[in-house]
Amino acid sequence: MCKDCGCQEGNEKKFFGHDRDIHNHDNHHHDHSHEHGHFHDGHWHSHDSDHEHNHPEGHHQHDHSHDNHIHGDSKTVMMEKNILAKNDEYAHQNKHWLKDRGIVAVNIISSPGSGKTTLLEKTLDALKDKINCSVIVGDQSTDNDAKRLMGKCDCVYQIETKSSCHLDAKQISEILPQVVNDNTKLLFIENVGNLICPAAFELGEDFKIVLLSSTEGEDKPVKYPVIFSDASVAIITKTDLIPHLDWDIKKCRNYIRQVNPGMYIFELSSKTGEGMNSWLEYLAKLVE
Amino acid sequence: MHELSLAQSMVSELVSYIEKNNVKKVHQVTIVIGKLSGAEKEPFEFAFPIAAEGTLLETAELVVEIQKVVILCNECRSETTLDMPLMKCPSCSSRSVKIIKGKEFIIKSMEIE
Repeated sequence: MCKDCGCQEGNEKKFFGHDRDIHNHDNHHHDHSHEHGHFHDGHWHSHDSDHEHNHPEGHHQHDHSHDNHIHGDSKTVMMEKNILAKNDEYAHQNKHWLKDRGIVAVNIISSPGSGKTTLLEKTLDALKDKINCSVIVGDQSTDNDAKRLMGKCDCVYQIETKSSCHLDAKQISEILPQVVNDNTKLLFIENVGNLICPAAFELGEDFKIVLLSSTEGEDKPVKYPVIFSDASVAIITKTDLIPHLDWDIKKCRNYIRQVNPGMYIFELSSKTGEGMNSWLEYLAKLVE
Repeated sequence: MHELSLAQSMVSELVSYIEKNNVKKVHQVTIVIGKLSGAEKEPFEFAFPIAAEGTLLETAELVVEIQKVVILCNECRSETTLDMPLMKCPSCSSRSVKIIKGKEFIIKSMEIE
């Protein structure tokens, strides 16, 4: 274990693209000042700091009666502390570390089988020699996705989460210096296939992208409103299948708008390439 | 079930407070779960005793308060509490709304000795 950052070189993480012996911790980022003017949400604006903050725990005695319970010298301390404070701290560090290097990071979330990896395959092929990309991919088990993406970008790193249903910010912080290089502009983090849990864990990304394929219910955005309201971009995938399905894209768009009226929506088929150009143009603009 | 990770995270936050402040006993912990926080009350209540085992928190009562989603309309400035996160102002039908409550996932207070 690295004594400076505690990063594990455990065998559960498989690594492609760099020589992992060249593991330089000079770039680590344990101290940071928190500032509010960063771009996020895919729209490149400064934001009004409406995210959670940790406040120092102030405690004060409350003059409450003990009608319901007898607790001797008990007192109530007001905590107002974010339960995910530790994760958020790592996420902030990651965000600033990436920002300092001019790297845009997106956290891609969907159900299993919505087409995250296929979209990444096609996207990386199209961006090759144009935008330097790296990928972190999370799955409960296997490095199958990493193998599919190998050779298509600067670096692909597979995290096997084992019993966990999501990636967390600490896992990302431990591998960032190995995953990106001086030329990296865009970092894709393909989260574990799951619409619920990954929504609760910030990773330090600039924004989240949620995928929904035409083989899923049109009403998924209202069934899983947490992720659809939190993500800035929705991508409706497998549009080539729509003519063969009893599936209404307008209905789906409406459901997305119900939970997130300002959401960017892309509609594409990774297989046929239909709709891919606007997605690729969008990515190019992100790193301009 | 990510609530176990969440409960472990909460226990670790509280244990550092307990150690730092030389707390002898914890009677009650009150948390707030927003409807859009990504956490659910029942699985969290199930996970808490598992995460708390072996700490001062294992005998503490967990109180979970649910925070509904509240939106602020950017057009007419009215605040509305919603049962479903349908982002549309019921007063003026504008879709230009901002979520002002409902994403909380916080330890509100702790009753200690």
